[in-house]
Amino acid sequence: MSSRVCILVAILAAAALPAVAQHEYTESEIEAGKQQYSTACNRCHGPDGDNIANADIGHGKFRRATSDADLVGLIRNGIPGTRMAPIANMSEPNAQTIVAYMRSMAATAAAVAALPAGDGGRGKTVFEGKGACGTCHRVGDRGSRSGPDLSQIGAQRRMVEIHRSLVDPDAEIIPANRSLRIVTKDGATITGRLLNQDTFTLQVLDTKDEKLKSFSKSNLREYAFVSNSSMPSYKDKLSSQELSDLISYLTSLKGQAN
Amino acid sequence: MRHTIVRRALFIILIASGSLLAQVSNERILHSTQEPQNWLTHHGNYNSQRYSTLSQVTPENVKNLEIQWLYQSRSLEKFEATPLVVDGIMYTVQAPNDILAIDAATGRLFWTYSHTPDAAARPCCGRVNRGLAILGDTLFMATIDARLVAVDAKNGRPLWNVAVARPESGYAMTLAPLVVKDKVIVGTAGGEYGIRGFIAAYDARTGKEAWRFYTIPGPGEPGHETWPANSNAWEHGGASVWVTGSYDPDLNLTYWGIGNPGPDWNGDDRGGDNLYACSVVALDADTGKLKWYYQFSPHDEFDYDSTQVPVLADMQWKGSPRKVMLWANRNGFFYVLDRTTGQFLLGKPFVEVNWASGFDEKGRPQRVPGMVPTTQGTLILPGNQGGTNWYNPSYSPKTGLFYIPTWANYSSLYVKQSVEYVEGRNFGGGAPRATTQSGIRTTANNYAKEDEGYGAIRALDPHTGEMKWQFKMTDVTDAGVLTTASNLLFSGGREGYFYALDARDGKLLWKFPVGGRVVAGPMTFSLAGRQYVSIAAGNSLFTFALKQ
Repeated sequence: MSSRVCILVAILAAAALPAVAQHEYTESEIEAGKQQYSTACNRCHGPDGDNIANADIGHGKFRRATSDADLVGLIRNGIPGTRMAPIANMSEPNAQTIVAYMRSMAATAAAVAALPAGDGGRGKTVFEGKGACGTCHRVGDRGSRSGPDLSQIGAQRRMVEIHRSLVDPDAEIIPANRSLRIVTKDGATITGRLLNQDTFTLQVLDTKDEKLKSFSKSNLREYAFVSNSSMPSYKDKLSSQELSDLISYLTSLKGQAN
Repeated sequence: MRHTIVRRALFIILIASGSLLAQVSNERILHSTQEPQNWLTHHGNYNSQRYSTLSQVTPENVKNLEIQWLYQSRSLEKFEATPLVVDGIMYTVQAPNDILAIDAATGRLFWTYSHTPDAAARPCCGRVNRGLAILGDTLFMATIDARLVAVDAKNGRPLWNVAVARPESGYAMTLAPLVVKDKVIVGTAGGEYGIRGFIAAYDARTGKEAWRFYTIPGPGEPGHETWPANSNAWEHGGASVWVTGSYDPDLNLTYWGIGNPGPDWNGDDRGGDNLYACSVVALDADTGKLKWYYQFSPHDEFDYDSTQVPVLADMQWKGSPRKVMLWANRNGFFYVLDRTTGQFLLGKPFVEVNWASGFDEKGRPQRVPGMVPTTQGTLILPGNQGGTNWYNPSYSPKTGLFYIPTWANYSSLYVKQSVEYVEGRNFGGGAPRATTQSGIRTTANNYAKEDEGYGAIRALDPHTGEMKWQFKMTDVTDAGVLTTASNLLFSGGREGYFYALDARDGKLLWKFPVGGRVVAGPMTFSLAGRQYVSIAAGNSLFTFALKQ
């Protein structure tokens, strides 16, 4: 395994005092911070910010910081004597967006707080049975590749994001999961996950036969993004308990190949 | 109702057959010559002839080849990989360890998988990779930090990733793996760092090690006596593996060339033949047990890795059909071995050689006295990079000729020094020096004379070792060779040309200025009835087809 430089490990430790946001942040700051967090922080702290013991930065529990300025300083300078190294070339504005995102994490986490405690083992049963998730999704070497691969979903997406995808699949479809409907000049229709595109060609994974396919646009009658997710909402299909169990299972999938 | 059942059954059969067809099964690899539109293994098929039966491009029309697409890699390293092509999808490696899935017709990218090598990785001679293996829907890549990675060929998702050896000790992997049955076989580079080389097989599904063959026998094993007693020289004796082997399904033997012993240029502390350095080994593909070996260069002190491609051919040999192995060695000799038994059948120089004068009846080279490295230096032919090296040769059953990328008139001054083993540090024990002012050129411009060394494609009659023709290049070459059933030969060189020769007489038929060194082997495939030829050169991958 390649070396892992932990970047944001332990902004805090135990007995944290919730630090208070200093001001309101804009949506664009939060979105920019999400991207910064994804590349700089996620690997060690995890998508929900709770991977490091006693350092639940996704829920506003910071031991060594009370103000946003403190947090910016920790992000940029690291914490000597810990695995939290300074982040190279992290500008102050960028560090501020990470703080903005961390503050928003704490606020949005409330959406799943009302769910009953979940059980990953039962969630796996829901995944494979009632949810029939493997019809479109793959975990490890089982399931279909037509939908997003979920083998590492727990290391990539927040619990609240997984919850939202389950109950409201159309709310957010990340760019890498967009689908196209393609009609060739001879009338064949293909629906596939968009892998790549340029002015002249399209590359997709055909959801039907799971083959990689490339099309010259000049050979197509039409092609368009599929606006809605092909995933059904599980809002009314699963009970709160089943939903919570399923989320517990999905957040446990951190299968970095090793 | 009945119709519905029949339709469902038919549907299931269609789905099943479709998925079987889509996957690269063992059957498909075994019979890859029956689907020349694809290139399913690193060397094209198990016999490693780098010969294709595709024949749309001919000596007559090859002048109409034109570039279809090129892919510029995001790497400044040498581009050494030979791509695989499976049903229109090309898979290759961008150095050091990015797998690319590319539309073979347009060069557009489907996906990339990036492995970030450990900072401890220290491959001797470039952060390079030579290609992939595939089985089912899984691609396999050996990495420069000595890991073996399995990746889903459909979406680039990693499936497993296992440590093969310690990069801190100098182990690295640069070769394309070889899939045999349900196993993925790799070998470890690191011969300049005092490793103890090995070949190992891994379960293709899980990455669990199935067998390991150490290329230096341990205490109590046959061959250990070829290393000095009461010494740990064998533990740091090199014998690396960095070029993909071959496989004979009838014999169930897999053949691998083994690298030089260490220290490279000073054998004083490793007296003996130093098995299995500079040998070819034939291993049972299921168990890794040694069936036979042949040592090309006993007690090598010239860095004459035998990491060439074992080319398997079935031919008439002195009146009888014989399963042979053709081998042009870095040490300057061309060999024919019986690949069932390892029997030495022929050995003849294909370049100028001054370290050995011939062979005894068992095929042991007869050394020329005094031709050893010294502290003052000894001029040896061929030089340190060899008469040839890792770049693949080709055998055409059509012409019956064996084609070697050759360094001719090339020598080195071998100087030895003492060296102590320190883990992860260079363990060379000396240095080869240039014997001419031009030497191995490091400048962009070439001022060399022909007697200072030149590159060539040399065509040999494997029955005699006689050279039938040669195509000379001004500069030396690190390019492999591809031949086709239409009597074409494709290759390139350091000068930055990719070219086609008539495989019958070596006449130049076509050339294209790729503008960068060709340090890879060409391959060919076809799509929708159109033949393509691909070659990596400089930092890009070029694909050609006939003008439409």
